[in-house]
Formats: sequence, structure tokens, C-alpha cells
Amino acid sequence: MPTDLPAAGSPPARVAFYNDPKVRSIAYQVALCAVVGFLVFAAARNAIVNLERAHIASGFGFWNRTAGFDISQTLIAFDSATSSYGRAFWVGLLNTLLVAGLGILFATVFGFIIGIARLSKNWLVAKAASGYVETIRNIPLLLQLLFWYNAVLKALPNIRDSFVVPGGIYLNNRGLFLPRPVVEPGFGWALIALIAGIIGAVVYYVWARRRQEQTGQQAPVFLVGVALVIGLPLIGLALAGFPLTFELPKAGRFNIEGGVEVLPELAALLFGLTIYTAAFIAEVVRAGIAAVSRGQTEAAYSLGMRPGPTLRLIVVPQAMRVIIPPLTSQYLNLTKNSSLAVAIGYPDLVQVFTGTVLNQTGQAVEVVAITMAVYLTISLATSLLMNIYNSHIALVER
Amino acid sequence: MTMSEGDLAVTEIRFVRETPIAPRPAPASMTGALGWLQQNLLSSWFNIILTIWIVLLFAWAIPELVKFLIVDAVWTGADRDACREVVQHREIGACWPFVWERWSYFVYGSYPIPERWRVDVFFTMLALGVGWMLWLEAPRRDLGSVYFFVILPISSFILLTGWNAIGLPPVDTALWGGMLVTIVVASVGIVCSLPLGILLALGRRSRMPAVRLFSVIFIEFVRGVPLVTVLFMASVMLPLFVPEEYSPDKLVRALVGIALFASAYMAEVVRAGLQAIPKGQFEGAMAVGLGYWQMMRLIILPQALKVTIPNIVNTYIGLFKDTTLVFIVGIFDFLRTVEVARIDPKWATPVTSTTGYAVAAIFYLIFCYGMSRYARAMEARLGKGDRR
Repeated sequence: MPTDLPAAGSPPARVAFYNDPKVRSIAYQVALCAVVGFLVFAAARNAIVNLERAHIASGFGFWNRTAGFDISQTLIAFDSATSSYGRAFWVGLLNTLLVAGLGILFATVFGFIIGIARLSKNWLVAKAASGYVETIRNIPLLLQLLFWYNAVLKALPNIRDSFVVPGGIYLNNRGLFLPRPVVEPGFGWALIALIAGIIGAVVYYVWARRRQEQTGQQAPVFLVGVALVIGLPLIGLALAGFPLTFELPKAGRFNIEGGVEVLPELAALLFGLTIYTAAFIAEVVRAGIAAVSRGQTEAAYSLGMRPGPTLRLIVVPQAMRVIIPPLTSQYLNLTKNSSLAVAIGYPDLVQVFTGTVLNQTGQAVEVVAITMAVYLTISLATSLLMNIYNSHIALVER
Repeated sequence: MTMSEGDLAVTEIRFVRETPIAPRPAPASMTGALGWLQQNLLSSWFNIILTIWIVLLFAWAIPELVKFLIVDAVWTGADRDACREVVQHREIGACWPFVWERWSYFVYGSYPIPERWRVDVFFTMLALGVGWMLWLEAPRRDLGSVYFFVILPISSFILLTGWNAIGLPPVDTALWGGMLVTIVVASVGIVCSLPLGILLALGRRSRMPAVRLFSVIFIEFVRGVPLVTVLFMASVMLPLFVPEEYSPDKLVRALVGIALFASAYMAEVVRAGLQAIPKGQFEGAMAVGLGYWQMMRLIILPQALKVTIPNIVNTYIGLFKDTTLVFIVGIFDFLRTVEVARIDPKWATPVTSTTGYAVAAIFYLIFCYGMSRYARAMEARLGKGDRR
């Protein structure tokens, strides 16, 4: 400390301008922006030079050009002779969404079962579940996908010797063939009944809840709900004379005609994604339930609640608050991991668009940018929804 | 009150026990092996069914596995005939001679045979460095980190790519393959992602809006897209962005992709650690007159990294598994060499694929499980100081 302190009233000691935090901060930021700007500029200039030399067009003109290749699974009509690259993009995107949606559904069910099993009082069940989690989590997903595709599904018998499940289900190395439901006129009534059933169940739930809050009387919400949602459409179907038939797949010599065909690629991808992600979801579920302190359960018991309502009304709502955010990130991981489809040839967005379209057009920058934008949109939209949900369920501190 | 004091006085007290009765032993059904069985496996009908179901599952799966890997396995042979049911007239399990023959391909890829000692030296040096870093009581760990983060990368680079001046003929990275590539990719990812991740995490918490903006954009962008697309970007777009004469080779492109991808995830892990540091630590550091970097280096990061070590190791496990994705951009990592060897007609049998995948699974399982055990041991050890 210098002893010659400035006398009171004299102007405060001035710091050299280069030591002023504000000046420094601005200088750093300007320098950073300059470096980033230079990098972007240099990259863009190099890209233009390189593209010109390779005679690759730029811009999005390729979007409407005819694709000229086939896609093995199309949810919307796609014809190699007339459909455009843009159409191929939508086909790939829909395939990605299909596998992601189904994968999320199966992985959630399976993951919750495993996660609860890990907390089971049954020693054997708990150990088996944790053995599953430890093994599956430590083997790369790509290896698991290749295993399911090449070592399991490709090793299935060919069409003539396919496994036949009574009821028209065939399993062979060309895929899984299921009966296709065929809708006949009059089916609309069943749909209307279904919608009416759902609305009725919601109304009944709200009414039962309000009555319970006012009088304490409980109503059989679950049973009535099931009766409304399943029973009403069934009655509707019966009244319309069951306007729903199944087209069974027919085995020929070299091919199977009719029915719904599940490609082996789709089956392998679904299998791999489900089994892999379920192991992670199991950990999320276990951590979430473990995060609800035992005191909560004990307090509920001492109030006289039975184990079922305790779980439903006390433990699960508190565990869900912990489970939902990491669960969502697992769903996102599953969606992103579905891009590994490219390794086993399932026609997802990456395989169709970043693979075939990129190879045919050579427009790497545009194609990769579009693909990334799609995944980024899905991710950011999900995080946005998550933030809204989180602020909705966050603990209200008093 | 109907009872008065008189009533009590009339009752004659005949016996007062002065010592407590020794507690009876727990019933036999609650103790010992039987009690354990009763409580853990057979406590209810549902539990009994579950137990039987799991026992049956194991009774089926474990013998099948042992049968495939050991009992029915083929241990010697020269080509596919040794592992074919139609030739051997018996059930065939794993085809091990395929693995023996291809083992050097799985380890070195197409690295020139006379130069393979260099790969062995690299593995030894790496094992030494990893051991030095992981063993917390090792002597001179400061030297160890200099060795691991500075000496090892430089010397390995020279050793593996070659340098004519010291008599090491250059080896093109296109020839690298197998476990060598897997370990090189994983090591580069591990070594690069931590410093980059720390910088990004600090940037994201910076007070300078421009720095924060760039960090957030980078982190959220990379975390929002799949690694496959990052690798595609690195392999098809990177060569466009640099002048033709500096165009990086295939392996370097994938390394850049992996390193950037891993550092974004690492940044979030480090940021979580930084958020766990109480504000008083920052204020205390500033009050004793430390500058920003001194404060971070001496006060904040040591504490923040300590609490995040388990998560850092978990990120490394993810990174190690993700190295398999370089497969997709045409690099011969371990999984790719297995994939190539498995479709070789010389060994084309129905069991070749399964054998190859089993070997690959065991390899990844050992590494990843080892890392996760280490993370757990660290967690227990670090938790000790905080326990009260």
C-alpha cells in the first residue's frame, strides 16, 4: 500500500486506459469478432474457389431436379423417374421420424420396466436389471446395430423357410410381414366413437377430481376411462358390422405379397435403438425414484394411504419432476442416434439425403447444412418445450 | 375416571421382574440363507414368479453362451472349412482361428509389417502415461501431466507418422487401422476436449456478450446435431473451407470432427461444475487481488473439476463409444476392421459375424466398463472429504 494517499477532495487516481476492465472487455470482444469474421470469410472464399474449380454448382437449385434413385421404404409416394430431390428429403425425414417415434415408444416402456426392476426388492431381479444396464451401456450402439442386422436378422431363413406365426405373420431374412388392416366404409363411426370416448373420459376425470376435492369421495376413474375409450369404439364397430378386415401376407416362391412389410433394416434399427436407449432410460428412472426421499412414502403410509395410491399420488409425481428433463434428452439422443441408420442402410434422412443426394449432386455445403438444420430444429424445439414444461412443474418455493 | 387410588392399593403386587428378558432369536425363517431367500426372492406370489422367470432365463442363456464361446467353439484351423457345420458334422460355436489369423489386422490395420514395432512403442508409452495420470499416489504427477499432455502427443505423432530425418520412414494415415486408430481417435478426443471444453464453459459464463454468444452458439449447435452429421461436415466440408494445398487427410478431418463434438459436451459438464462453486469463492479470489485467469487456475477450476471428475469420465466413455462412428466416413477403426474381416470369403461361415462382433463387444466392454469403475471409485474417494 503506498503511504502517500491522495488528499481528500483531489480527483481519484486514474487507471491507465489499457487496464480499464471496460476497455479490455471491448478490445477482447472486438478481437474475437475479428478472428471469427476472418475465419468465416476465408472459409467462404476458399469454398467458392474450390467449388468453382471442381465445377460444382451452388445454391438450392438441385431441390427440384429429378432424383432418379429408388428408396426402399417410402411413407409417401416416391417414384425414381419423376420425384425430385426435395421429395427424397421428405421421404428420408418421415422415415427418421417414424423410427424415432417408434423407438421412443418402445424404449420408454422397456426402460421404465428395467428401471423399476433395478429398485426391486427381489435381489435376482435387481441384479439382472443392473447387469443389463451395465453391459448395454458399455457397448457402442453402432456395434449393436451391426450385430442385430448382420448376425441376427440376415441370418434368418429365406422366404421359403420363413418362420410362420399363425395369424399371418412371417419372419425371414427379407423382413417381418404382418397383416394389413383394411378399412371399409363405415369405419368412420368407430373413429367418431373413439373421439367421443376420449372426450367422455376426460370430462369424467375432471368431474371426479372436482367431486373428490369437494367431498372426498373417490370415483373409479380408471375403469370408467377404459370402458369409454375402448368400449365405445368397439360398440361403434359392432353397430357398423365390423367394417375392418385384415389383408394377410401370402408367401410365394420368391416373394411375399400383400400385408405390411417391416424391412429388416427398420427392425434392426428399432431393436438396437430400443435396447440401447432403454438402458439409459432405466438409469434416469432409477435416479428419479431414488430422489424421492423415503420419508415421503413413510408419511403417506402413516396417513393411512395404501401402497398403490402412495405410489400414484406421492412418489410418481415427485419422481417425474426429476425424471422428465433427462428423459427428454434421452429422447433427443435416440432421435440423433437414429442417424446411424446409414451404417445398415435404412433409408433415413442421413442415408437418403446426406448419403445418396450428396453423392449425386456433390453439393456438400447445402446438403449438410439442411440436414443439420433439421436436427437442430428438432433439438431446439424440444428444449423450448422442456423449458416451458420445467417452469410449469418447478417447485414453487414458499 | 372411575378408578380411584384405593383400588390400586388393594391389588397385591406379587412379582416384579428386575432384569429385562433376553430377546429371543429371530425366527429361523428370517435369518440365514433361508431367511434371505424368503425376504429377497420369495416374498410374494409376484416375486416368486419373477424369480422363477429370471432363473429360467439364466438357465437358458448362460449355458448357450458358454456353449457358443467355449464348448462348441473351434480353436484351431486354417480356413473356413474348420468352422463349417457341413464339413465338421457337429454343432459349431465361435470360430476362434478366424480371430487368431486376423488379430494383427484388428490391432494394426494395414500398418506396414516391418514398422509395427512403432505402434507397440506407442501403446506402451500411452499405457505408461495413462497409468501415471490415473494412479493418484503416483510420484511426480506434475511431470506426468507434462508427459501426457505435451511430450506424449508430440512423440507419438512423430513415431506413428514417421520422420525421415531420424530414420523413421513415413507411414500414410490411410494405412492406419484397427485398435491403433480407435485409440488414436479416442486419445486425441480426450486430450483436446478437456481444454477446449473448459474454454467454452468459461466463455459461456463470461460477462462479455460476444464471447458468451459465440460459446452458446457453438455448444448448442454441436449438441443439437448427430455426430454422424458433424463427421460428414468434417469430411466433406472441411476440405472446401481450406486452400487446396492444405487439404487435411481423412483421419485428421475425422479427428477435428470428434474433438469439436466432444468439447461441446465437455463444456456442459464443466459448466455444471462451475455452477456448483459458491459465489463466495469468486468474491474471495477477487478480494485477495487475483486476476481472472489466476482466479480460475488457482481457486475455481481445481474445485469445479474435482466435483465433475465422474461426469468427465462418463463423457470420455461416451467419446470412446462414439469413435466407432468414424467407420461411417470411411476410416478403418477397430469396428471397421472387424466388419471388413468378417465378410472375407476365406472365412465365410455362418458363425464368423457373431464371432467378430463378440470380440469387438468384449474389447469395448473392457475399456468402457473399466472407465466407469474408475469413475465410481473416484466418486467414492472424492466424496470422503465432503462427508461429515
